Amino acid sequence: MQPVIKATGLQKSYGGNRVVDGLDLSIHKGECFGLLGPNGAGKTTTLRILLGLIAPDAGTATLLDLPVPQAAREARIRVGVVPQMDNLDPDFTVAENLLVYGRYFGMQDSEIEARIPSLLEFASLTNKRDAKVPTLSGGMKRRLTLARALVNDPDVIFLDEPTTGLDPQARHLIWQRLRELTQQGKTLLLTTHFMDEAERLCHRLAVLDNGKLISQGSPRELIEQNIEPQVVEVFGETSAQWASEHAAKFSQRFEVSGESVFCYVQDAQPLVAHLQAQSELRYLHRPANLEDVFLKLTGREMRE
Amino acid sequence: MSAQYFALPRLSLRFFPIWRRHWLVWKKIAAPSILGHLADPVIYMLGLGYGLGSLLPEMGGMSYMAFLAAGTVCYSTMNSASFEALYSGFARMHEQRTWEAILNTPVSLDDVVLSEILWAATKSLMSGAAVLVVIWILGLSHSLMSLWMIPLALLIGLAFAAIGLIMTALAPAYDFFMYYFTLVVTPMMLLCGVFFPVSQLPQGLQIVASALPLTHAIELARPLMNGVIPPQALLHIGVLLGYALVAFYVALVLFRRRLSR
Repeated sequence: MQPVIKATGLQKSYGGNRVVDGLDLSIHKGECFGLLGPNGAGKTTTLRILLGLIAPDAGTATLLDLPVPQAAREARIRVGVVPQMDNLDPDFTVAENLLVYGRYFGMQDSEIEARIPSLLEFASLTNKRDAKVPTLSGGMKRRLTLARALVNDPDVIFLDEPTTGLDPQARHLIWQRLRELTQQGKTLLLTTHFMDEAERLCHRLAVLDNGKLISQGSPRELIEQNIEPQVVEVFGETSAQWASEHAAKFSQRFEVSGESVFCYVQDAQPLVAHLQAQSELRYLHRPANLEDVFLKLTGREMRE
Repeated sequence: MSAQYFALPRLSLRFFPIWRRHWLVWKKIAAPSILGHLADPVIYMLGLGYGLGSLLPEMGGMSYMAFLAAGTVCYSTMNSASFEALYSGFARMHEQRTWEAILNTPVSLDDVVLSEILWAATKSLMSGAAVLVVIWILGLSHSLMSLWMIPLALLIGLAFAAIGLIMTALAPAYDFFMYYFTLVVTPMMLLCGVFFPVSQLPQGLQIVASALPLTHAIELARPLMNGVIPPQALLHIGVLLGYALVAFYVALVLFRRRLSR
């Protein structure tokens, strides 16, 4: 089956700085695909190239079988976008935002009006129909932005950090809605910093760093391929000293970060038994997760 | 700069839903907006017209108030297009990210920039028409030819909207627009024949004035208000149209560069 989004050898530089560096992607119908990476890894630039908003310096991309940016306009008729920063129209009500946005797709007012009730219901905004945008909470704005991205009943939806800045309740509601969209057969391409979001939502993930794809697969595959299955986190003032003396004996790999030591192990039992005898240290034993993979692949250094 | 920035504008009717968006916003603030279009130019016209008019027997063969009337329509038209293209345009491009939202749909940047120019010109049309109504009510123009001021207001609006958008494309922040207003708009008001005939200026400044778009707007407006076919009308229309087209293209190239990041 032909992929819905395909990129081959994408490159993009800004002022000598290579932001996207030889990227290949292939995203299939009905898939929720996540782009992970630290700030400046090239996630948003990749989305903008795939939407046909900017031309790559090298490489090719197709969106819904159409070459972008050459046929981006035709492709975007069947695409919805949830941008990183809210850009709703503050002068308009909730319903007016949907109406005005639908017109940009060449839809008739009657056609848009007919869709508004179901869009509002999907966004849990039915009773906010005539509320002005500045009166909405952050979560409501995000849901309205999602509803707006669906006004043209798109086949593909791009989401750039869809839940950044939301409280847990608001995030969970967005996640539920995004799952409903994949169940309807829509293809989702999202970027996120949140590993729990990626783990819950995405069928497949690509980890980007410095514009390069450094690992790709399902969340489970990424964990299995990249990291030991068990993690023991050790805390306490003496943890660094403990690590230099004992950590290597018990773990395949360990990292010290401030007063915490992360021990990555195949079998946690000997380490846990040892730690139970260390009264000045606390510990947490848990299975390895995507965040461990992410930190291993992209490092613990701050990206600014 | 990359060659794709210099492509000729590709225009389409897709600008129209964007123009309708601006219209819907405007309708919500119509009352203060109309007051704003009227208050400033009318106060200037009446204040200077009565104050200086009593000292000046006539100017350019008419009462000073009638002389000012034509200039007032033109400069208020220039101001509305400039404010819309600079401040409101910048808000839509930068502050509110309205352009970003629109560009994610099947609408291109060329359509967005065209809609900005046409919308700013629409504001000019409204502002010029509002001032014209006051002039008619005050009996400062008796000629049916003054109806030609309405399409002229649109043309002046197109020229100043396009020039203003060049500033918007270059602006890092709102403060930047102060340069344009103090170094371009205000000097034009004083050099181009709004308050006194250009012929009163020293030769050097007359040459400068003859290159400025507002001069050509007033050269068309003043005869029309008095029921006279403007001499060299095609030249003046050509200059205004030229400013509009060239500035539109320059603004578009600059926006393409700015938004390709």
